[in-house]
Amino acid sequence: MKQFGALLRKDSQPVRYLVVDDSVFARKNLIKMIEMFGGELAGEAGDGLTAIAEYNRIKPDIVLMDITMPQMEGIEAVERIVRQHADARIVMVSSVGYQENILAALQKGAKHFVQKPVKPEVLYEILRYVLSDDPSAAGAPLALAGESRS
Amino acid sequence: MRMELIQPFINAADAVFAESLKGPTKIVDVEMAEDAYRRKGVAALILIKGDIEGRVILDLAPEVAVNVASVLAGTAMEASEQVVRETVCELANMVIGNSVTLLNDQGFHFKVFPPEVHMNEAGLAGSADTEALVICIETPCGDIFLNIAMRYLHRRRAERSAVPALD
Repeated sequence: MKQFGALLRKDSQPVRYLVVDDSVFARKNLIKMIEMFGGELAGEAGDGLTAIAEYNRIKPDIVLMDITMPQMEGIEAVERIVRQHADARIVMVSSVGYQENILAALQKGAKHFVQKPVKPEVLYEILRYVLSDDPSAAGAPLALAGESRS
Repeated sequence: MRMELIQPFINAADAVFAESLKGPTKIVDVEMAEDAYRRKGVAALILIKGDIEGRVILDLAPEVAVNVASVLAGTAMEASEQVVRETVCELANMVIGNSVTLLNDQGFHFKVFPPEVHMNEAGLAGSADTEALVICIETPCGDIFLNIAMRYLHRRRAERSAVPALD
């Protein structure tokens, strides 16, 4: 199995994740990956409404958010979380990856998008990228390959 | 039979099974079916309505579903009706999500209905009216069947706007 360097916060503590998906399997799979990346599971939710409540309760560093869920879909949950917490870092995780969906999620405040089935190496690079925007993150790259920053 | 509408589902299924079940996959059987679909095991029926219409049935034996569940969860799963249901839905959602992505980016717009799981002895009533392609895909967890029937309802929007109306 591929080894990944730990993604840590600036205070050297593990990155805390909220995993939101109505599928138990999808959550287990994501949790396994964030543990491979040295992260810590702060909470889980199976729908958008619970995700909002959990976000307010645990204030995670990163949210991994499915799109199609019962009660409240992921994109609406993103909008509500970002309205209250402008600095929220949310990565959408969905099997439905068409442009309209991705754009809608990004417009509502999501930071990135990854399509299911999730490849660990892809999620890892996306998390590195998202954490690199976080001044409190250590070990995050200055830029991803092919990307320049001033 | 519109292969250009069916191919994205086959490609997506092959890719999703190979990636999520962590092993090689192979299409071992392809056949046309005109009668009502006879399930091999537990089936998820997904309806699609819009520019293109039809349905996809993902079908696998309960023991295969438990094998899949164990791989997806990364730990051995006990066989139960709930595990089988969730597994079939999860696989169906991933296959359909990836197929829909390909079709949507080609300009087709349509609604995908949540999967209906069929486990009891009753047949799949919604599958009796359409010529379908039945594909058996061999995976590391066992055989998974796809039954796909798709047709155009309207012309693609881009073509409609590019071609003068005939009527």
